[in-house]
Amino acid sequence: MSRRILLGVGVLLTVVVSLFPFLWFVVTSLKSQRQVEAVPPAWLPSGELSFYQAALVDYHLTDYILNSIMVAGSTTVVTLGIGIPAAYALSRLRVAGKTWILGGLLGVSMFPQIAIAGPVWRILDQIGGLNTRWGVLLPYVTLTLPLVIWILASFFKELPTELEEAAKIDGCGPWRTMVLVMLPLAAPGIFTAAILTFIYAWNEFFFALLILTQPDKQTLPVGIALFQGEFTMPWGELAAASVIATLPLVILVLLFQRWIISGLSAGAVKG
Amino acid sequence: MADLELRSIAKSFGETVVLEDVSLHVADGGFTILLGPSGCGKSTLLRIIAGLEQQTSGEVFIGGQPVGHLSPQQRDIAMVFQTYALYPHLSVRDNLAFGLKIRGEARQAIESRIGEAAELLGLADLLDRKPKELSGGQRQRVAMGRAIVRKPKLFLFDEPLSNLDARLRTTMRVELKKLHQRLGATMIYVTHDQVEAMTLGDTIVLLNKGKVRQIDPPSRIYTTPADPFVAGFIGSPGMNLVEGSAAHKAGVWTFTSGDLTLTLPAIKSPIPVEGVSRTVLGIRPEDVSLAPSGGPDTTLAGVVEVVEDLGADLILHVLAGGRRFIVRVPPTRALKPDTAITLYLPHRRLHLFVDDRRADWE
Repeated sequence: MSRRILLGVGVLLTVVVSLFPFLWFVVTSLKSQRQVEAVPPAWLPSGELSFYQAALVDYHLTDYILNSIMVAGSTTVVTLGIGIPAAYALSRLRVAGKTWILGGLLGVSMFPQIAIAGPVWRILDQIGGLNTRWGVLLPYVTLTLPLVIWILASFFKELPTELEEAAKIDGCGPWRTMVLVMLPLAAPGIFTAAILTFIYAWNEFFFALLILTQPDKQTLPVGIALFQGEFTMPWGELAAASVIATLPLVILVLLFQRWIISGLSAGAVKG
Repeated sequence: MADLELRSIAKSFGETVVLEDVSLHVADGGFTILLGPSGCGKSTLLRIIAGLEQQTSGEVFIGGQPVGHLSPQQRDIAMVFQTYALYPHLSVRDNLAFGLKIRGEARQAIESRIGEAAELLGLADLLDRKPKELSGGQRQRVAMGRAIVRKPKLFLFDEPLSNLDARLRTTMRVELKKLHQRLGATMIYVTHDQVEAMTLGDTIVLLNKGKVRQIDPPSRIYTTPADPFVAGFIGSPGMNLVEGSAAHKAGVWTFTSGDLTLTLPAIKSPIPVEGVSRTVLGIRPEDVSLAPSGGPDTTLAGVVEVVEDLGADLILHVLAGGRRFIVRVPPTRALKPDTAITLYLPHRRLHLFVDDRRADWE
């Protein structure tokens, strides 16, 4: 019994500690300018939404949101579009040197981003990709592909071979087998990969900052970071913008929670 | 529908030889069983026929056409898997329709074929269910339905009943037999279960260690096994097999194994029995009797060790001449352990194998 209480307290503590910064931002975003500057800090916000209005209108947050949706959405679509057939081929078809390819992918994903920043910038400069959405799309797809292929390959590996053989005998070639039989069965894995990719692209800051220097192309993380003026620190607007930026991810994850859990734990227990 | 011919099929995975020089012919409408212990290569052979596995050498002919270079989808065959392999995300109806849709059949034709198959297999009430909502026997029937609707040239079955419980297996066995009689289709059926093999097929291909040991109708496999392996594999309890040596002196054939000496009938067109590496004498448990058979018999004195009462039969374990014999007799006599009895081995029922080849009696 005492162990259960201890466990409960531990869990509560972990949740509070991890959620506190976010909660504090939510509270701050709902304060008035005066409450933000108050010492000692006010714990209960006044509940006014002026910071939200300021963030959305004065700081052009809607533009950043739109940019982020486009970049994260297209990254997800392109990464999965390449990752699904690649993972299927690497896990289920006869591909020469597939162990090397999978190992190479893992190796590539180990590179620190800063190490490839220079070359990426120069390449994009050469091909005219700076300050374009497809310019960030390229490194994003490159960086998310290894993870997506690994997740999906391990997912496809778990599916019974007989189903593939049954599809072959029923008249399917590799593409139709993948699309009609394997994809529906790998749906949890695909959802997991999609959400992780989307979250990555949504939150990515470094490459976005490097490649997108014009405000009309910038994504949420860059846009919010640049709220800070030379002499001002708009805490309230920052807090409101951060809440708005986080909300879509929270909703996505909550919506697809069931899929993601079964996706992440696939292979652990035989279904 | 079509016939099937295999010519000198061989298959190895790297160094491991799985199949060696397998040739056989299955007539149009035939029901052939590939039988053998696990690891004998029977499933690999079926997969080669299906095109799921590529043979190392040899050729497969379906309806007279070589198909070795064709993929499974081009061979126009249907296969029922041991694990059923139903598409879990599709309803029974869509599982049945899948192959037809892929082949671009008209919707009306698909509907009517599904209707026929569903009626034939009693699936009409289950069409809208998903596979996970079905029992093992129902899944099995859906798997068969998926094969039937396609009207393929060949039906291939890979141990389709082995995941079912014993009672359901018996029922499905009968259904399968009826199905074959109604469809008149060419069927190839892999099993390690000799009861399925004996009852279902019109021909049994018995494989061991990648080689064909005998191809014959079930009754002939049973009565005239080609070698000691076949003799021991078919029948339950298995044939009594005794290793020893045969000799021919002064017009009398004898068989000796340790303390045991038996007189034998004359061997047709005498084969050399001396200088051979292995001689085996066999008799089936039900062919041994406790009373003279009426024809020429070899007699053997023994002592009952164990009596197993199966109701319809008694299985006796008898120690005779230092060897243990299994005897199956009608339960007419009360027999107790340690009873001394005489075993009568009718000459016509003895099997002699010299160097793994069957010797026939005159």
